[in-house]
Amino acid sequence: MSTLSVLDPTGYPPRISAKPLAPRLDTLNGRTVYLVDCRFDDSDLFLQQMQAWFTEHMPSMITVLKRISSVYLVDDPKTWEEIKARGHAAILGVGH
Amino acid sequence: MTLEAKYGVPTVAMHTDKFDRVVRSVAEVNGMPDLAQVFVPQPIMGKTPRELRAYVDGVDPITGRTVMQEVVEGLTRTRDGARGTIEYDRSTPRLVQPDSEENLHRLFLERNWTDNLPIVLPTEERVATMLSGTRRKPDEVVGRMRSTHFREYWQYTVEKVAVNAVMAGARPEYFPVILALAATGVTARSSSSSAMASMAVVNGPIRAEIGMNAGTGAMGPYNHANATIGRAYGLLSQNGQGGSVPGLSYMGNQGNNYAYNSLTFAENEERSPWEPFHVQHGLTPSQSAVSVFSGVRSTAFTLGLREKHWREHVRHLLRGMDPHGPPTLLLDPIAARQFVDRGDFAKKDALIDWLYDTARMRASEYWDYQLIQNYVYPRATFGEEPWATKLEAAPEEEIPMFRREDIHVVVVGGETNGYWRIMGGNYQKTEPVDPWR
Repeated sequence: MSTLSVLDPTGYPPRISAKPLAPRLDTLNGRTVYLVDCRFDDSDLFLQQMQAWFTEHMPSMITVLKRISSVYLVDDPKTWEEIKARGHAAILGVGH
Repeated sequence: MTLEAKYGVPTVAMHTDKFDRVVRSVAEVNGMPDLAQVFVPQPIMGKTPRELRAYVDGVDPITGRTVMQEVVEGLTRTRDGARGTIEYDRSTPRLVQPDSEENLHRLFLERNWTDNLPIVLPTEERVATMLSGTRRKPDEVVGRMRSTHFREYWQYTVEKVAVNAVMAGARPEYFPVILALAATGVTARSSSSSAMASMAVVNGPIRAEIGMNAGTGAMGPYNHANATIGRAYGLLSQNGQGGSVPGLSYMGNQGNNYAYNSLTFAENEERSPWEPFHVQHGLTPSQSAVSVFSGVRSTAFTLGLREKHWREHVRHLLRGMDPHGPPTLLLDPIAARQFVDRGDFAKKDALIDWLYDTARMRASEYWDYQLIQNYVYPRATFGEEPWATKLEAAPEEEIPMFRREDIHVVVVGGETNGYWRIMGGNYQKTEPVDPWR
């Protein structure tokens, strides 16, 4: 059987830098959790329902429904800083 | 990912189940494979509050576990990823393991390196011949691409572009155009769920030098250069960026047939009543260039411009476009001259001014488009112009559907008739070809 030597067509990927995850909370009681609306395909309506769930099932937890400032393609340091300063955790939704 | 890694806030990301593989892959290539991600059924869009509450109360379709239990655990249970910063390399070999021709064809298919049509195997000899089409060195980096905003950029060299050009069946004399396309960094394999394709318009002397078609059948499978340059652009995009695999790195819901050769054609400069497209974008007529459009999905068409109601006909065509997909008119020279005659558009700018002013709809209708809600409304509320001003319009006010700078006109066709069409898409950039010779 004759063989051929051919070139690989794929490009060169960058190095990956593994990033640490944030420490988790010991409890959600009394903590403020931001529900962050990514403003995509009615995600605000979904997060409203999630907020209602928290109100019913975890009333000691404080939820803040927050929309990102622009589209999800744009970084939003102002919102992230607010969450860092005033909140303890975040739920982002709904992305693809 | 930014909140978690940069701001140290424990975060759960919610997604719909169709995106499980892609979002896990994105988290991995961003160095956070253990990111807390919870899934609900697709779609969210258009569901009632009761249906969305059922998602919240229901189970994650991927894991089968209760959605809210996963959310709470995602914020409170220590995850494997809390382990400090490390780095690791990924490498791409230059050569594939030698094998028989039949096995190599199978391998290329299995690895999703093709467009599922037969390819020319990129042997060292064939790649060397392709490289003779440029003075650039094989190891020179041409550019980088990624399939979506959240993925990492991959780089490619002149040799990698040549490999894909060989696979597409291109000839060495086409190679400078293919390199210019690669240098744009605009992928022809976007992973957008909107099933985008790209479009490439070639201008200048290179068109005649390599025998490109700007006339009859220019946008169809009737010219070797048009066909293989566009195909090479697509293959380079999917391989150069590290993949375009449905469910993993390609999410276009219906796919897009234009992607087979990225609608690559030459402008019919000789029969156009206006200046060539690349001259509008800063080059001279004696320079060669390729201009790239992305987000190409929608098409409208008609025949000619009738004397009595041509304005209304064009307006209705424009109104048929999604306002998030601005129009590029692709005019046969007959239609182009009709625009000059009917509308007195001696300059292309005058035609574009008229198109901008003609394409209008009620503000309430405009803002209710889903794509406008997703991508424009947030920017308007953020204060970005011209959308912030548009947002102030009364609901019944007729507002422009598009920004003027997003409307374009290209002349192509062989004058077998005056058919013309509107392509929805976004002009990205014009890249000179001559530096890649």
